[in-house]
Amino acid sequence: MVYGSQATPVATGTVFNLQRYSLHDGPGIRTTVFLKGCPARCWWCHNPESQDPHPEIAISSSYCIACDACLLACHEGLKPREQCVLCGDCSSTCPTGARSVVGSTMTVDDVVSQVLRDRMFFEDSGGGVTFSGGEPLSQPHFLKALLAAFRSHEIHTCVDTAGLCCSDALLEVAPLVDLFLYDLKCIDPARHLEGTGVDNRQILENLERLSTVHHNIWIRIPVVPGFNDDNEEMERLARAVAGRHAVRQVWLLPYHETWAGKPERYGKELPIKARTGVTPPAPEELENFARIFRDHGCTTSIGG
Amino acid sequence: MTGRTSRLREESLAAEPAISAERAILLTEFYRENEGRWSVPVLRAKSFYYLCEKKTIYLGEGELIVGERGPAPKLVPTYPELTCHSVEDLKILNSRPKTSYRVDDACLAAYADTVIPYWSGRSLREKIFEALPAEWHQAYRLGIFTEFMEQRAPGHTVLDDKIYQKGMLDFKKDIARSLADLDFENDPLAYDKAEELKAMDISCDAVVLFAERHAKLAESTAAATSDPVRKRELMKIAANCRWVPAHAPTDFWEALQSYWFCHLAVITELNGWDAFSPGHLDQHLISFFERGLAEGTLSREGARELLECFFVKFNNHPSPPKVGVTAAESGTYTDFANINLGGLLPDGSDGSNEVSHLLLDIIDEMHLLQPSSNIQLSRKSPDAFLKHTLRVVRKGYGFPSIFNADSVVEEQLRQGKTLVDARAGGCSGCVEVGAFGKEAYILTGYFNLVKLLELALHDGLDPASGEQLGPHTGDPASFTSFDQLFEAFRQQLAHFIGIKIRGNRLIEMIYTRLMPAPFLSVLTDDCISRGIDYNAGGARYNNSFIQGVGIGSITDALSAIAQLVYDEGQFSLSELAAVLDRNFASDEPLRQRLLHKTHKYGNDDDYADDIMRRVFDAFFNEVDGKPNTKEGVYRIEMLPTTCHVYFGSVTGATSDGRLSGTPLSEGISPVQGADRNGPTAVIRSAGKMDHIRSGGTLLNLKFSPGMLAGEGGIDALAGLVRSYFKMDGHHVQFNVVNVQTLRRAQERPSEHRDLIVRVAGYSDYFCDLSTALQNEIIERTEHTAL
Repeated sequence: MVYGSQATPVATGTVFNLQRYSLHDGPGIRTTVFLKGCPARCWWCHNPESQDPHPEIAISSSYCIACDACLLACHEGLKPREQCVLCGDCSSTCPTGARSVVGSTMTVDDVVSQVLRDRMFFEDSGGGVTFSGGEPLSQPHFLKALLAAFRSHEIHTCVDTAGLCCSDALLEVAPLVDLFLYDLKCIDPARHLEGTGVDNRQILENLERLSTVHHNIWIRIPVVPGFNDDNEEMERLARAVAGRHAVRQVWLLPYHETWAGKPERYGKELPIKARTGVTPPAPEELENFARIFRDHGCTTSIGG
Repeated sequence: MTGRTSRLREESLAAEPAISAERAILLTEFYRENEGRWSVPVLRAKSFYYLCEKKTIYLGEGELIVGERGPAPKLVPTYPELTCHSVEDLKILNSRPKTSYRVDDACLAAYADTVIPYWSGRSLREKIFEALPAEWHQAYRLGIFTEFMEQRAPGHTVLDDKIYQKGMLDFKKDIARSLADLDFENDPLAYDKAEELKAMDISCDAVVLFAERHAKLAESTAAATSDPVRKRELMKIAANCRWVPAHAPTDFWEALQSYWFCHLAVITELNGWDAFSPGHLDQHLISFFERGLAEGTLSREGARELLECFFVKFNNHPSPPKVGVTAAESGTYTDFANINLGGLLPDGSDGSNEVSHLLLDIIDEMHLLQPSSNIQLSRKSPDAFLKHTLRVVRKGYGFPSIFNADSVVEEQLRQGKTLVDARAGGCSGCVEVGAFGKEAYILTGYFNLVKLLELALHDGLDPASGEQLGPHTGDPASFTSFDQLFEAFRQQLAHFIGIKIRGNRLIEMIYTRLMPAPFLSVLTDDCISRGIDYNAGGARYNNSFIQGVGIGSITDALSAIAQLVYDEGQFSLSELAAVLDRNFASDEPLRQRLLHKTHKYGNDDDYADDIMRRVFDAFFNEVDGKPNTKEGVYRIEMLPTTCHVYFGSVTGATSDGRLSGTPLSEGISPVQGADRNGPTAVIRSAGKMDHIRSGGTLLNLKFSPGMLAGEGGIDALAGLVRSYFKMDGHHVQFNVVNVQTLRRAQERPSEHRDLIVRVAGYSDYFCDLSTALQNEIIERTEHTAL
């Protein structure tokens, strides 16, 4: 094992997707490894399956052909979700893939061997591997072992974090990370709590500490209607970011509805805001917000 | 585009393809008078001379490059000496919903009164069909293979740089030298060679005469023109036509006009497959371009306008009309002329230059159906060249397609060509590799790899017809291992490759004896020095090809059986065969399982990909190295044109979950919708094939425009291409459209007439495609990035 010397006692973790040819999670062609589990509950989350740290059953009803294979396979007669023991028999018998288990335990070796399949593409495009989630730092030991392994293979590493972790864990992995994608959402504490279900003090403090020890950070800000899409909030965000040498780039990510259909799939309640319908921000508005950041000297792009 | 080229382009797009009976009538007159008077090559050459002397010539308003194959743009001649269309055929061509050709009453009458009475029973197609044995006819009729040469001549040929250094008068000197060198004492074939060389000499005169007629027309038009600017242009056109192709061109304009006369001559002499192509046009033109700029006789804008006029000329020439199965395997107006950009110079250095970039701009701006275009990307090609190409590709016309110049060289070295000839070669048609100007590389027909499994599952019986089509390879109930099933499949494969190759040899001999192509022979080394015709093995290299279709489908079908029948024991092979015979009626859950829960090619899954390699090897081993009649051998290619739709229509349900009659996978692309892990996984799977042992493979990737947005999208795509080519991948092309656009185009074709999509080895107007093919393109996986 190449990374044997850095192996930690916990070399397995819960992964819910390996996305190849990922173009928007760092430079070049990347494979994004999605680690399961996140303390936040942002209502606009486009990966609701990332929140729960444990595997769960997903049901895509549009694929279901009502063949009843799952009913016959379930020893308990298809219990409601709360009673499901996640044996996976229903999903393995399902012929269409309408039922599937999201999230599986993988070793560092499993992840490395899968990701390295695209090594040639990384090398030819200046890409690499990105760890996202969920909050990847909610599995800090696994993440650290993965980062060490990829470093030993000379693969460029990105960590897409919301900063929702204890500072020690963040600073411990930082030397193994080539680029941080650091998500900031809102400076106003009350709004942040309301929109995400978590306090933002730790996030801001972590950014402060990270930018003193690391030198390559991209800030990513979702522009969410009714949450942070006003000049005052953007001004506050820009001030929080401006002047940090480590921050190379700011990305404004317009709210979009790719989450549509996802909560139902995981038996989750549709967030109230989503139900009432939200219009994605207009291009002029985004351009205006970008200007606020640029006025503070930040290199800023929309999308990505 | 200038006002002139924009107007010429519009006129070309608006003109409706129609059949012209002129060539058929002239040829009939000539044959009625002269058949039997001379040797076959001389008769062919004199008939070609007669056409060049008599055919209506055309000089369009504002044109800078002149000459048409028919009496006017998009008027398409016929070749009754090869295929004599019946009145019924012509009526079908006139009325069929897709790729129709207008046929007027005068044309119908000429056919009924003049052409058919003479050629009926004399056409080559009838002679070929009569000579082929019953086993060949049965396999052809039931959809095992198609036959390229039954209504179009061997072609697939590309020009090298020779006409930029020599004119017809120089070739005549070469011919005279070769005639003088004939050894009538010791060479028993000297008399045949003398006749062939005389024929070549006549064909050179014919082309010079054809050009001279255009010179006169340009002069008389100039005399009647009051506009002094146009008058000057017409006088230059006249001077061009008087100088080339008789002599080597001296400037950029002459170079293009010289090629165009050679192009017209080749496609007038016979209707060879894939028309004719200029090959490495950028490499051929660069010295004329640079000299013109240096001397002040050419401007960049002037060069651009000439090239635009040149492009319109290709678009004026729809493919000769095909009928029957051949129309189904290649249902398109495009005639596959294909321009190569970049590549390598004979000394192995990078071949891209300023003209390459100029041509990319023109391809982008004109986006015409014809000519097709491709880049030859080598390790040495600059990223700027690749990225310029990808910015054009991103527009979604489906071209240029992208080839791996280093693999193209290596494939040819494996075939025994010299390094210099291999570097001067490239790709034409869809994806086919050849040594330009030195090779007859002949595609002989598509081969249905998938139907062979259907036969293996029925002990050689064809379930659709109830006929015993293949050999008895055993009752599937007796196959106790996957290897036994694979062996039955392999025996079916060997049986039909045998039938195909034996039939091919017979057809080759018929062309050798009855249908020489003396003018094409002048342009192909070493026909002159050997005194042997292009169709008789006179070329330096003579590879023949059989094109495998459906490798994705056959891989997935075999993989599902290996997994569910032999690994997991879920059901027996006989039970599965019975389900397929019922076309999954009342077995939808099983079909869904086959679709979604088995190993599939295109996902970087070694289980399936190993089976793909096994099928490829079996096909390769049966074909590669078998001799043809021209001192060359048979080789394989993996491309479908539109034949995956036709082969699908004659193939029953398959164990990958495919319903009876629906299209097979195309090229070496995965089954439509079977690839779930994105483009890098598709490329990794395709990269496991040994492309170097083929004569060309075709990989289609479809992207939504959003994926390619920004420089990041271009950079990623460039990385994708470079990586595939490091794996020795031969070719990749991109469809950049979204599904909604295609659906809208299907509903309202009149509003989307200009929508070009990549079909197989070429792009076509979406609205001209059959509904089945349109649906198939819509279904091809739309790769979506997060």
